[in-house]
Amino acid sequence: MSENEFYYLRVNGTNHYVQDSWVGESLLFVLRERLGLPGTKGACEQGECGSCTVLLDGNAVCSCLVMAASAVDSEIVTVEGLTDGNELTDVQQSFVDQGAVQCGFCTPGLIVAVHHLLDHNPQPTEFEIKEAISGNICRCTGYGRIFAAVEETIKIRNGAKQS
Amino acid sequence: MSTTVAVRNRDVLGTSALRPDGAGKVSGSFEFTSDMHADNMLWGATLRSPHPYARIVAIDTSAALALSGVSCVITSQDVPGKPTYGLISSDQPVFACDVVRYVGEPIAAVAADHPETCRRALALIKVEYEVLTPLTNPEDAITGNFSPIHPDGNIIRHQRIIRGDQNATGPIVVEGIYDIGMQDQAFLGLEAALAIPDGDGGGVHLHVATQWLHEDLSQISACLALPPDRVRLTLGGVGGAFGAREDISLQVHCCLLALKTNRPIKMQYSREESFFGHVHRHPAKIFMRHHADASGKIIKIDARFVFDGGAYTSTSPAVLINGITHTQGPYKCDNATVDGYAIRTNNPPCGAMRGFGVVQACFAHESQMDKIAQAVGCSPVDVRLINAMETGDPLITGQIMESVAPVARCITDTASIPLPEPLPQTVNELALPGGSGLTAQRSNIVRGIGWGVSMKNLMYSEGFDDFATARCTVKDGKVLLKFATSEVGQGFVTLAPQIARSVLGLDDVEIEPIDTQVGSAGSTSASRQTWMSGGAVDGACRLVREQIFKHVGAIHNIDPLRFVVSDTDIVDQLGTFRISVQEAIRGFSCSETFEHHHRKTEELDENGQGNCHTAFAFVAHRAVVDVDPELGLVKVVQIATAQDVGRVLNPLSAIGQLEGGIAQGLGLAVMEEIVMKDGKVKNPSFTDYLLPTALDAPHVVAVMIEQHEPQAPLGAKGIGEPPCISVTPAIVAAIRDAIGKDLLRIPVRPQDICL
Repeated sequence: MSENEFYYLRVNGTNHYVQDSWVGESLLFVLRERLGLPGTKGACEQGECGSCTVLLDGNAVCSCLVMAASAVDSEIVTVEGLTDGNELTDVQQSFVDQGAVQCGFCTPGLIVAVHHLLDHNPQPTEFEIKEAISGNICRCTGYGRIFAAVEETIKIRNGAKQS
Repeated sequence: MSTTVAVRNRDVLGTSALRPDGAGKVSGSFEFTSDMHADNMLWGATLRSPHPYARIVAIDTSAALALSGVSCVITSQDVPGKPTYGLISSDQPVFACDVVRYVGEPIAAVAADHPETCRRALALIKVEYEVLTPLTNPEDAITGNFSPIHPDGNIIRHQRIIRGDQNATGPIVVEGIYDIGMQDQAFLGLEAALAIPDGDGGGVHLHVATQWLHEDLSQISACLALPPDRVRLTLGGVGGAFGAREDISLQVHCCLLALKTNRPIKMQYSREESFFGHVHRHPAKIFMRHHADASGKIIKIDARFVFDGGAYTSTSPAVLINGITHTQGPYKCDNATVDGYAIRTNNPPCGAMRGFGVVQACFAHESQMDKIAQAVGCSPVDVRLINAMETGDPLITGQIMESVAPVARCITDTASIPLPEPLPQTVNELALPGGSGLTAQRSNIVRGIGWGVSMKNLMYSEGFDDFATARCTVKDGKVLLKFATSEVGQGFVTLAPQIARSVLGLDDVEIEPIDTQVGSAGSTSASRQTWMSGGAVDGACRLVREQIFKHVGAIHNIDPLRFVVSDTDIVDQLGTFRISVQEAIRGFSCSETFEHHHRKTEELDENGQGNCHTAFAFVAHRAVVDVDPELGLVKVVQIATAQDVGRVLNPLSAIGQLEGGIAQGLGLAVMEEIVMKDGKVKNPSFTDYLLPTALDAPHVVAVMIEQHEPQAPLGAKGIGEPPCISVTPAIVAAIRDAIGKDLLRIPVRPQDICL
């Protein structure tokens, strides 16, 4: 791609103009380095750790494995786009309240993955939770508080439904 | 699957105060070092050696320099100051100039307009090598058969411990040779830094993810030949550390590129580069022989430790001392003969990782305890109870155990935790070893139970003047805390305000930027920051409280010695006067700085005798595993643990440390190993270096034993390292219990089980 070529990416409901991008730049790189959306993290560049999880047309994907230019015409949602303003989502709040955050590097990817899980399966079993987030490596917590955060979110959503 | 922890109204000590950076971290707005940018910024990248041992004949950077977009290329010739760095011994070159001693050793660095330009430039640097035969087996260094691979020689440190009757023995003699593989810290947030030059060429501001800002500062400024006050370090957001950020990695390179180009430089390692860019846990080979009486009481221990330190010293001398001084584990022992070596090889440099030498010792001594139990015919619990150390016991170094030492209680409280239900006959495949691989059949699964108990020293040892600094300021009705303590995820930024609230009775507490504009806090390592920086914050807040008492006393004509802070009020203990602290500090400001030093320690003498350690913490782990003996697959079902924590300052943070450490210990037990062949790393990626996932996480049932430690400023012991130490041998013991094999190396691989 020569320097005067450009494309648009639709991220968090907004069209973003991408210019001067090199062929081969991953969606992760473009989000972080060109569009000013560093919430999505990179930690393995191989789709193993899940830190770079974003929603691509509603699917949870590793943005390090998606070529940015191939995401044209897709709806991309990053951790920054899960909520409109300064309010935290219920998943985010539960992560804070339940101690699921230590260094926090894996957290944005996990937040996106848990939203994706609960949007598609509001009442997951223990194994469904574990399987859904098994693509997101956390090195700090040993996952115990992350499970607690997911359960807390489910409990809050169930409570909200009943009332 | 989990417990919910309630939050109380005032976030004082003892409550589950929430992380102040939590909202930023869940929403993506928290700025990690790798998220930082600066106007006019360039990218930096490092050229590394492909050979474990080679002479550099020539380096030609001209083609790289000629590439469009490249601003500069630097080599050893561009280091204006000290050409080497290192935590204990300054023996590691900033850039190799004549010889490379490990695969991944830095040779040159480039600055360019795009990471891809950097990669292309690195590929254009021509290095001519004369390849040499690498020293990869530490035993070859001990025999002296291998010429020195470094001017400082091939033996980094040798230390023995001679204690008691050297000929003591008993009716029970058990021995083994244990191998511990090289583990990686595998923090998620890769090495990153942003260096911003002052513009006049005479200084630089480095934003970096590190464990010890001031130690970095002194090493960096020496290499840059700049006065320390012209190098300023600010802690960038740190994505985990676990020991791997105690050594210099990209700091000097990044500053050099910034000073040379006079432009901001961002460097960030890839995962593969990270495997070469930081030190790892030492692989070790440990021989241990225990002599015991007929009841299983330890009479004497003989041991030999060989730690592979890799090409440069890093913290190997201290890791060695930690390892050999923990030979006995948390057990009484009067007689010992221990010999220990830390060796220089052409393998990757090894240094600090959570547990720091004690992980290796513990795998050996706990394997031995089970052998004693088997030989005398008692249970793994009983053999540990009859040997359990108590406060007042002498260690094999002659040091008296002065810490609270509830070893027996750790064991009995762990034993009291109910075992998990037996594996049902019909079970979700994800509960079986191998999980989603759908490989194991329920009918093949065997369950095992194993034990591990450990002792871990806290803080620094061997006479190091270990201290932490903090400043407390009261101004405009709120509290400001300033310290250089690296927050790497452990939660000191949560704890420090809790301390201030408890001491001062004020709730509005802010943490000032964490940088080098205040005295050193020491390293976030050795389970030391709650004790050390916690002690410093506590001390600074107490000094400020005295000033507030004086201020109130002067206004109300009351002797300030009569005041105490009760909740959020200042109360006259001998009268009726009472005022809220918030009210009392209206219009008042003051600032106090406090340095907390721990008690003095000593170096070991030639026989390994001396009060070398500061304090100790203990923990017991019981592991329950399911094993498929045919496929060699393991599922860790439950970890029960009772840990000596001194005092729980934040229950939510504490359980997070325990569960996180247990997962790392599980990784070393059955998954994690940097595989080496002829000095080359075979698996530098997360595809090939396996880390525990949510599906590998065992059910953790934890008891925290609270017996306040009188020597600790807050009564609390460090809790970061113990969880990952004895869980590893507990898991291996459980596998042995299931399949009856004498597993002598970690990680336990499928072939170790099924072949």
